[in-house]
Amino acid sequence: MATDGTGLRKLRLAAPVSDEDLKRIRPGDIVYLDGVIYTGREGVYRKVVTEGADPPVDLQGVSNVNFHCSPAAAVQDDGSYRIGAVTATASFRFSHALPTWFEKTGCKMVIGKGGMSPKDYRETFVPVGAVYLTTVGYGTGALLGRGIREVVAAHWIEELGIAQAMWILRVEKFGPLIADSDLAGNSLFESQNAAINERIESLYRGLKLPALRRHGETDDKTEELI
Amino acid sequence: MISAERIEEAAYGAMFRAGIEIPEDYEAGLREIAKSETGDLSAFVIEAMLENYEAARQDRRAMCADTGLPRWFVKIGNEARLEGGFIELERRLRRATARATHDIPLRPNRVHPLSRRDHNNNVGINAPEIDYSFEPDANWIDIITVHKGGLFGSDYRMLFPADGIDGIRRFFMDTLIAFGKRGLACQPAIVGIGLGGSKDVCMTLGKHAACLRIVGDRNPDPDVAKLEDELKALGNDIGMGAMGFLGSAMVIDCHIEVGDCHTGGMPMSVHTFCLASRRAVARIHADGRIETRTDPNWFTPYMRRESVEWRQTEPA
Repeated sequence: MATDGTGLRKLRLAAPVSDEDLKRIRPGDIVYLDGVIYTGREGVYRKVVTEGADPPVDLQGVSNVNFHCSPAAAVQDDGSYRIGAVTATASFRFSHALPTWFEKTGCKMVIGKGGMSPKDYRETFVPVGAVYLTTVGYGTGALLGRGIREVVAAHWIEELGIAQAMWILRVEKFGPLIADSDLAGNSLFESQNAAINERIESLYRGLKLPALRRHGETDDKTEELI
Repeated sequence: MISAERIEEAAYGAMFRAGIEIPEDYEAGLREIAKSETGDLSAFVIEAMLENYEAARQDRRAMCADTGLPRWFVKIGNEARLEGGFIELERRLRRATARATHDIPLRPNRVHPLSRRDHNNNVGINAPEIDYSFEPDANWIDIITVHKGGLFGSDYRMLFPADGIDGIRRFFMDTLIAFGKRGLACQPAIVGIGLGGSKDVCMTLGKHAACLRIVGDRNPDPDVAKLEDELKALGNDIGMGAMGFLGSAMVIDCHIEVGDCHTGGMPMSVHTFCLASRRAVARIHADGRIETRTDPNWFTPYMRRESVEWRQTEPA
């Protein structure tokens, strides 16, 4: 391998995450977590944000780390849970839910896939002091699955199903994760995209346009689609 | 007569191998593309994925928690006879899907599109999909499972003959750039392209090109093979690596399948088979023996035939 990424900074942080640790995080840091995190995506957001239900447990006392994930899990005959792999789902789809979610739960760290838009960071994350970490790959399902030590609880599993339930997980050396945003709202994906965009125009130079164009939201290859 | 019990056993085993073991051709392709990756972050991601494959094999744990859409491709020898016929075959494949989902475990991913009802077993209406193909002068049956990511990385467009290779290059880059940013396509990927056919067959050919051919394989038509090489190089020249970070590792390989199309059109589809390129094959012989492999060998000379009659001139 021409480079192995060993020059990247690695952090090991406790979850729930402290204000001091949140301040240390810079875009591009490699992060591992120890402690308690919970999952929440479409189903949980629909109930809490859209329908106004209270979270199934007082999250302020549990964790401030929301993982956009559904685990590969099975309910065993004795009612216990077996977790295999875990990976994240693309987070940009939950942009609308996070302002209310942060307000109701005190969430300070979101783990997901692919980051969120710079606008989300500026308007939703920065005001409450939250940061975003992305999973790697995607996804390192087996490595992240190894990092789960215990299923503390699985809420709303009957109603929402295995994939959409809220799983509360005790984790150890849970990672690797990559920090996308920091407390100032800087974004790793945004800066990487900007660098990639510089080259895009030259890739298309000289290629004639198709005979039949298409209506669409954008034909600007440098524009963010999320 | 191939027994229904053996079919379910072969399918259940294939589900485990697909979910847990990255195919050797993909892993070798990833190691190869990593050699020329100069982006720090992209290289870190590839290194982490290689560790992830090892962890999955050691723990017998799924390599990715997004099960994708587990589905089946079945190639049936023209002389094969199945106990209970095709109805029993489909029943066994659905049972294997549900049992393996619980036992591996895989995440149940299949829900009703409107009600979002989840049976928690990856089985439902029109799910799992089962595609068929046939092979002359054979008495075996190949059971192939593919667990392909189901959200990002595919697109279809009706191009026209005058758009030519430029149009193909453009649409190829459009799709990779749109879904490559932030790594939504989970690249580096095997990119499959369907060229021609009717609209639905164009999509099917591209999907099959991505999922049912191995890294390093080339289309037997030299002109198509040349375009495969060209597009692979073009994708790796975009400047984007794993997760959309700066780099070059975008396309592990590019496969194109063609179908004769409307004289006025040149439809094209693009599909990406991701960092969890999950596929496994089991061949069940007439005597009940099960042989496993990772190369689907789906596109046989019979599949790509052009003439009215099929005349086998050499062994497939």
